[in-house]
Amino acid sequence: MSMPFYVAPEQQMKDRADYARKGIARGRSVVVLHYADGILFVAENRSQALHKVSEIYDRIGFAAVGRYNEFENLRIAGIRHADFRGFSYDRRDVTGRALAGAYAQLLGTIFSSGAEKPYEVELIVAELGATAEDDQIYRLTYDGSVQDEKNFAVMGGSADAIAERVGEQYAQGLDLAAAVQLAVRALASDGDQPRQLGTDALEAAILDRTRTQPRKFRRLTADRLAGLLDSGADADSTPGPELVEAPEPVEAPEADPGNDATPGSSPQ
Amino acid sequence: MTDKSEQIGISSTYLRASTSSFTEFVRLIAPEALPGARLQAGQLGAQLPGGAGHLTAHATTIVALCYDGGVVMAGDRRATAGSMIAQNDIEKVFAADEYSVVGMAGAAGIGIELIGLFQLELEHYEKIEGAPLSLVGKANRLASMLRQNLGLAMQGLAVVPLFAGWDEAEHRGRIFSYDPVGGRYEERAYHSIGSGSVFAKSSLKKLYRAEFGADDAVMAAVQSLYDAAEDDSATGGPDQARQIYPVVWTADAEGVRRIGEDRIGQVVDEIVAARRARPDGPAAPVL
Repeated sequence: MSMPFYVAPEQQMKDRADYARKGIARGRSVVVLHYADGILFVAENRSQALHKVSEIYDRIGFAAVGRYNEFENLRIAGIRHADFRGFSYDRRDVTGRALAGAYAQLLGTIFSSGAEKPYEVELIVAELGATAEDDQIYRLTYDGSVQDEKNFAVMGGSADAIAERVGEQYAQGLDLAAAVQLAVRALASDGDQPRQLGTDALEAAILDRTRTQPRKFRRLTADRLAGLLDSGADADSTPGPELVEAPEPVEAPEADPGNDATPGSSPQ
Repeated sequence: MTDKSEQIGISSTYLRASTSSFTEFVRLIAPEALPGARLQAGQLGAQLPGGAGHLTAHATTIVALCYDGGVVMAGDRRATAGSMIAQNDIEKVFAADEYSVVGMAGAAGIGIELIGLFQLELEHYEKIEGAPLSLVGKANRLASMLRQNLGLAMQGLAVVPLFAGWDEAEHRGRIFSYDPVGGRYEERAYHSIGSGSVFAKSSLKKLYRAEFGADDAVMAAVQSLYDAAEDDSATGGPDQARQIYPVVWTADAEGVRRIGEDRIGQVVDEIVAARRARPDGPAAPVL
């Protein structure tokens, strides 16, 4: 009879964390930041149909990186959570904090239970407050830890480099065009050379405080996004080095048993 | 029976359930929270002579008509309990989502709850699927929700909705009516529901023109409610002293819009002034 090898709990957790981190690192990044009238989400995403950014509730938006089928499950669970809470109590009782807490609990449970593989995802839950000071951005990682981010949050493959870039140039009260340009510049700066990101490689949405309807989430269409990227681009005083055409992203160089042709299993 | 607050966290059901319908999801996690589920708890009601209908206020007349480029729906503001007026400023017409409107007549408490659930159902689907349902899809969804309410309807708590909206694909406004068991019928040009509907519909029959624009359609809708209020005790007329006017919504290619109180006030003033000269309202030629 063979005995299973003993694996120290520390090692087990470390292995699980490495596994999740590796999955997340393969995906393109997402930037979420405050701008003058609300919260902006920009993701590098070449799919028009598979979203990384979406609406959860009236004033709550969601962004994710990692394995598509996993964060899609979490997105739907979040919508159910919010809608059920609003149905049981009142629309005003649905908060980003409660949702972030529920996600944290769920991700934490999955991460530490030996039965399931950890989720290879990172999430952002952003809530538009009544005023800019009340806005909240929560960043959740695969192990269920939550961070309350100030001003902006970045996650995905090259999160650190991109966050540094956003941090250098971020200012309070940027208008929408300036915020979009900052986010796109930062997303394009992850390699050795800055890449050119066109609207077909971007997914963007806003939680717009000026919108009169109760549902504040709005996708920025390709036309609107192109307009925002163009406006005042000449006035930008940081031209940076020569831009190169972005090569098609090379997905998952290492062999991944789950990486077949279905959209659900490719890292986004 | 589990308390609803237990489901406020995210359990594995939230991840596993494979439905885009909010109602179906609630049936999995908290069936007792759904309107139709009260049937079991409310069996006693069925034994009351005459059912439980007298336990809730009743909402009455709703009218809807298509015009060139959209559809309008209007409702009076009265809710009755027997011969008493339960409320004089109740709202019975609502936006269902950004392109459709819904009104209800019958048991007011159940009706408002049903409409709230219907609104949530449409929004939930749109968020999960990333695209809204088609107009006919929305109309069918309302029919199936109504069918689930059949048990309550049998106890005298019948609700009849009226649904209308802008059909993006066909580029026209459409109206759908229902019966209490969930039958769904498309109306061609105009329709009315509620106890004053006989009078409102007769009025519309004489006033309606296919070439109506939005303003004419709003005027005709308010005229027909005025006529219904004259002959049906459960339908309230416009209350000029308190400035309580019919609720009027339109749906067109731009989406839904509630006509402002000021505008409806003007329409009502015009109608009342005209009726001073001609109490039975505008005449239609014999031929």
